[in-house]
Amino acid sequence: MIVQGKARRFKQDNDINTDYIISGRYKFKIQNPEELAQYVMEDLDPDFKNRYQKGDFIVAGKNFGCGSSREQAPQAIKYAKMGAVIAKSFARIFYRNSFNIGLLLIECDTDPIKENDELVLDLEKGVLKDITQNIDIIIKPLPAVMAKLLEDGGIINHFKKHGGFKL
Amino acid sequence: MGKTIAEKIFSKKSGQDVHAKDLVLADVDFCMGQDGTSSIIIDSFREMGAKKVFNPKKIALVIDHSSPSPNLGVSAIHKKMRDFANEYGITLYDIGCGVCHQLLPEKGHVVPGDLVIGADSHTCSYGAINVFSTGMGSTDVAVGIISGQNWFRVPETVKFIFKNQLKKGVYSKDMALFIARHAGADGLTYMAAEYTGSAIDKLSVEARFTICNMAIEIGAKAGIMEADAKAIKWVQSRTNKKFTPVKADKDAVYADVREYDAAKIVPQVAKPHAVDNVVDAADVKHIEIQQGLIGTCTNGRLEDLEIAVSILKGKKIKKGLRLIIAPASAEVFIQAMKKGLVQTLMESGAAFVTPGCGPCVGTHNGVPSDGERVISTANRNFKGRMGNPNSEIYLASPATVAASMLTGKITDPRKFIK
Ligand code: SF4
Repeated sequence: MIVQGKARRFKQDNDINTDYIISGRYKFKIQNPEELAQYVMEDLDPDFKNRYQKGDFIVAGKNFGCGSSREQAPQAIKYAKMGAVIAKSFARIFYRNSFNIGLLLIECDTDPIKENDELVLDLEKGVLKDITQNIDIIIKPLPAVMAKLLEDGGIINHFKKHGGFKL
Repeated sequence: MGKTIAEKIFSKKSGQDVHAKDLVLADVDFCMGQDGTSSIIIDSFREMGAKKVFNPKKIALVIDHSSPSPNLGVSAIHKKMRDFANEYGITLYDIGCGVCHQLLPEKGHVVPGDLVIGADSHTCSYGAINVFSTGMGSTDVAVGIISGQNWFRVPETVKFIFKNQLKKGVYSKDMALFIARHAGADGLTYMAAEYTGSAIDKLSVEARFTICNMAIEIGAKAGIMEADAKAIKWVQSRTNKKFTPVKADKDAVYADVREYDAAKIVPQVAKPHAVDNVVDAADVKHIEIQQGLIGTCTNGRLEDLEIAVSILKGKKIKKGLRLIIAPASAEVFIQAMKKGLVQTLMESGAAFVTPGCGPCVGTHNGVPSDGERVISTANRNFKGRMGNPNSEIYLASPATVAASMLTGKITDPRKFIK
């Protein structure tokens, strides 16, 4: 799987929490994930919705997605049509939720990546190419369970396909 | 090789001999959803084509986050939950019953040695009574209520030992903030915490919940304690269920062991906008506040209201300030009334709201205005958390909140404690 897009960074790099990803104000009001996606990252960067394109990557430091268990957080990113989230590390609940709904997360050293860099993600080779700076970044291999969930298109499809767990 | 509490519970629930980092499919003893997460649980349940739940007695849905409903959208979610609970014979705790994390232990749904999943990150609270409980997303919980199982990575454990005991005016909330200060917001990601030592033994069961509640604030999958006689008695007063408490082996292998002297901990405050941005209360004594909140799954229990009374009794909160109190459950509220705590607190100027999450998550009441500062007993102070990204939230113990309500500035409560 190869995905290409631009890097989108934020003024805060570490500990971007689920309240920033989608505020509790909206998660109750709005049930349609496409509508919810309009407010993605709003409390961290009110201008975010005007500065990304479909297929872009959210790029962050460590502990991305910490905080609440709201599945609306990865949903909002997925329905905003981001290519993936690339971070140094992820909070545990967010990590599971993302793969459960088929949102791709990549762990690697994100320090070299700058806002607006053009990135090409090659999952098979395990490499993230920063074309703008002409550097290759090695990505952490996906755990087998996550790769399986991704292949099946999330846990709902996995369950439908196998009639239960087959991990 | 000896085992940690987490390794023992996962071995039992998976029927295998497992250790940290193993992946297991394990049976869950209880599943929970609240009104912020249950709508997606129900959607996922239906999408997977499920026709029944694994065991209606082992599932509860709780309406607590935005309750009573402030608008049509939330009303629709609440109705969806009531209808679903009716259809499958599941327990539903409706508006006014209380916060999910207070209700599950209080109503005897969870007992020592259990493995519990909940669609709320603070599900880790029940570790205080020796339950391995962890927060998951809605779809993971939907999978749980269909199959009675889920997959887990058995976590490595960090052991926290607290020697001696807390000094007067210092509470388990200060300990929880102290832990966040030292471990950091991602210090225990993918790991479990075991809390032990004489300072933990001396705490009441209620006070222990506060510490396990905040395990997620250091990224932990669970925070867990052994069940001593006090904890066992507490659980037995709430259920007739049989249970087997789980202890760590003497030769259990830990990722790290950290020892602290509880007697050296002073009142702590988390500054905006991160839970691990912690300082001594005395270091922020110049900060003016406009609103106080006592409540939430962290500090909305009877003992917390008693602590507030010990400071506010016979005094008035400073003019221009407001104090909101959200009892963690109907039972807490009733007990507080019987003991006269509600009257005392209202006489000092406090405003009570429905038992439940209260203003914690900014969805239904107590939203601060632009530029205002709130001092709260909750567990999160993220920007926008209480419904306004242009306000600031400071986290502290019920005593520090109460003392600050008298002065209008963040106040170390020890000067009000005889
Ligand atoms: S009281 Fe606050 S932290 Fe606790 S469950 Fe409710 S919203 Fe979450």
